[in-house]
Amino acid sequence: MASTSSHQGRTALMLVTGLTTVALAGCSAIGTSADDPGTSSSGTVTLVTHDSFGLSDGILDDFTKTTGLKVEVVQPGDAGTLVNQLVLTKDAPLGDLVYGIDNSFASRAVDEGVVEPYTSETPAAKDAAQYAVGDTGALTAVDMGDVCINTDHTWFTEHGIAEPVTLDDLTKPEYKDLLVVPNAVTSSPGLAFLLATVGAFGEDGWQAYWTKLKDNGLKVADGWTEAYSTDFSGGGGGGPRPIVLSYASSPPYTVPEGGTEPTTGALLDTCFRQVEYAGVLAGAKNPTGAQQLLDFLLSDEVQDDIPVSMYMYPVSSTATLPDDWAQWAPLAPKPFEVAPDEITENREAWLADWSETVVG
Amino acid sequence: MSTATATRPDLPVTGGPGRVARARRPGPGQVLFWSAAVVVPLVFLGVFFAWPVVVMVGKGFVTDGHLDLSAFAEVFSRPRTWRIVGLTVAQASIATALSVLLGVPGAYVLYRRRFRGRSVVRALVTVPFVLPTVVVGVAFRSLLVQGGPLGFLHLDGTFAAIVAALVFFNYAVVVRAVGGLWERLDPRAAQAARALGASPWRAFRTVTLPALTPAIASAASLTFLFCATAFGTVLVLGGLQFGTVETEIWIQTTQFLDLRAAAVLSVVQLVIVAGVLVVAGRARSRQERALALGAPAQNVRALSVRRPAGMPRGDGHGPALAAAAVTGLVVLLLALPLVNLVVRSLRVGDRWGVDHYTALGTTGGTLTVTVWQAALNSLRIAVDATVIALVVGGLVALVVSRRPRRTVGRRAVAGLDALFMLPLGVSAVTVGFGFLLSMHHPFGLDVDLRTSPVLVPVAQAVVAVPLVVRTVLPVLRAIDPRLREAAATLGAGPGRVLRSVDLTIAARSVGLAVGFAFAASLGEFGATSFLARPERPTLPVVIFRLIGRPGADSYGMALAASVVLAVLTAGIVAACERLRAAGAGGEW
Repeated sequence: MASTSSHQGRTALMLVTGLTTVALAGCSAIGTSADDPGTSSSGTVTLVTHDSFGLSDGILDDFTKTTGLKVEVVQPGDAGTLVNQLVLTKDAPLGDLVYGIDNSFASRAVDEGVVEPYTSETPAAKDAAQYAVGDTGALTAVDMGDVCINTDHTWFTEHGIAEPVTLDDLTKPEYKDLLVVPNAVTSSPGLAFLLATVGAFGEDGWQAYWTKLKDNGLKVADGWTEAYSTDFSGGGGGGPRPIVLSYASSPPYTVPEGGTEPTTGALLDTCFRQVEYAGVLAGAKNPTGAQQLLDFLLSDEVQDDIPVSMYMYPVSSTATLPDDWAQWAPLAPKPFEVAPDEITENREAWLADWSETVVG
Repeated sequence: MSTATATRPDLPVTGGPGRVARARRPGPGQVLFWSAAVVVPLVFLGVFFAWPVVVMVGKGFVTDGHLDLSAFAEVFSRPRTWRIVGLTVAQASIATALSVLLGVPGAYVLYRRRFRGRSVVRALVTVPFVLPTVVVGVAFRSLLVQGGPLGFLHLDGTFAAIVAALVFFNYAVVVRAVGGLWERLDPRAAQAARALGASPWRAFRTVTLPALTPAIASAASLTFLFCATAFGTVLVLGGLQFGTVETEIWIQTTQFLDLRAAAVLSVVQLVIVAGVLVVAGRARSRQERALALGAPAQNVRALSVRRPAGMPRGDGHGPALAAAAVTGLVVLLLALPLVNLVVRSLRVGDRWGVDHYTALGTTGGTLTVTVWQAALNSLRIAVDATVIALVVGGLVALVVSRRPRRTVGRRAVAGLDALFMLPLGVSAVTVGFGFLLSMHHPFGLDVDLRTSPVLVPVAQAVVAVPLVVRTVLPVLRAIDPRLREAAATLGAGPGRVLRSVDLTIAARSVGLAVGFAFAASLGEFGATSFLARPERPTLPVVIFRLIGRPGADSYGMALAASVVLAVLTAGIVAACERLRAAGAGGEW
């Protein structure tokens, strides 16, 4: 008995010793230094952005090659979390440049003084100017996208029902129990759709529209992923509902293997335009690097990559769109609009109203 | 082991350093050691948990440099607040009760009975504990959704679905906590009761159940904390109509930046959690005593459908079969979403294939690292987090296992025990945002810890420490104080006694503690998800990013990566089970 117990004790102690050795021998995260001294000779620039940021392999390396600056990417959460963290840390910012503040949070970022003015001299900056927030020049538009209702063509063909076209169509009895949207409070496309209805029916009319949607069997999922992958019939998950809130750029991803056309489409009369901005953070350690990186985001190299890597439309008029986008994912000619400062002023009240009306 | 702890069951645990101290004055080395054992964990918890939380909550209560508590009146005057508090308590209580009701028979079958494939089942039930909620959301909801395999139950988006998912996550907590003790419980006391004419049910109720109560109370309090702070599960499966204090803190902080409301809700959460810890602590200490423990091999019987030859009627064969049936059903229900996950990860368009698994070697186009690199990051961070948690949690367990003679000392020890449970019951958002506010040049030091790779394993260790404490503590508490006295009588100094008695025996539960700390670190997606993670995303983070992208390929990759995370976890837990098979049991 005694010999086995001391043997067991030894085994366990060996495990602890082994684990510690492993940790000390460099298999740990703490043990290895974050900065590779070989590459950071000319300094770094830190980009603070949301969870969905990503550029194709090698693009940020090209920036390093031309400027000698290494880009460190910090991603603290979704778009709302990003802005609120920047507001809370504005005395000691998390980085040098922010990218990914959208038009629903833009005014808050500007009003709180999170970003400071910078006017890019790149050619694309002229295209970006039409999306300027206020007149401070603190935020520069980089890309945009339309949040629209998507439909599953296959389902509608199989059931012999005509597809809806407008927002009002969605309240008709033939589309009862067919629509799923992400939650406006917890999801940024969800909020965008709420804003589309505010734009369409006015500040006092949208509540009545949502009541009608709810009476017509609306389903609210937590996020875009749940709505598109679990509830939507055309999103690969094989859910029960053929109408979903997604993006104008979603259909090209539903071209089946060996097929030539997508099985889904976007309703361009139901869209809200999201614009994503970049800005130099107030109190940045490397403001010059931040400006260089912002210029780089507006360069054709990045602008061409944005549809591929982030599923958004480039703001630059000289950027090239992927072929299937030109064909299957056009932007809405006349999306619904709500001014950024109006959004900032009313967001909380609208969301409270929305919760009351839709969630109950 | 059986000889070491086979004390009289009625003997209260007393002594420890108190008794030794009577014989010998504590030397300076001893004083130094015990001071360090108290101070090191307290400083750790203070710097990396209490301080960030206080800074974050404080920000909500201070307006223009003045303390402003009017937010309390404001928040409590909203009917919504009361509904949320009610829902939080209801969800957590019902899920905890169900987890215990289902988990106790599970503990019996998986730890008191022997059958083929038992270790596989034990590892399997642990997997849900670490899966990212966004993945469980997909795996769960696609079963429940209208037209899905379980769609006929009409559970999608209901309160019942949330409770079911919470039980799914926490079943293992109860099974392991109760099973770890049960398998070592000497059956002779129950047998004696039976010999004296008690029915099997009466023997269970009056002998076995009281002996298990500390473990059940411990498991129930852990489960309650996990349920009360569940965030993704509630949102994905139920939505905001079933919002809890935790989801409300998240919304107020990350979406509305209403720090006043968030601070009030954080205090409410703290009050609920502290109340539960006090109740659980009472239940535990009332029943806690030195137990007659035996080696598992002596206690574990084979599970067979037929009544063993010579076993009289009414001798507990029926209840054992019933427990086996319940456990079989529960394991089947646990397995359903997991199988669903594997099946979906192998679906490529309209055909079957391993394409999504092959893609794990790539960045999927736009991730900063490949999925395998992210898995390696996760493992490395988990190694650090586990080492930190073992050191801190080990020291806490050592201190808390002492039974001071004076009431003040005993209260202090109980307080310390509860204090280190708090990280499980405080919102990850509060901690995560608190890190951002407090870790820039902390204490005037010229370092920015917010973006440092050091902070991630530290934050995970804060969550893993309570698990280590709950694993190691029962073993230390079951040590017969006479063993220490014997060692002292034989001339061993206090340090030697500690080394050759406490540490040697406690080391046997280290395998289990490592397993759970490692698993908790691998699956952690709370506070650390709010931390800046330059260049080194972990596996759950990568899964989260992949599943949020359009396109069937990203979705498939996310599911394949989740299966990798599940297999990794199950493998580590099973390896620790193996080590445990040789060693002694803790609550886990």
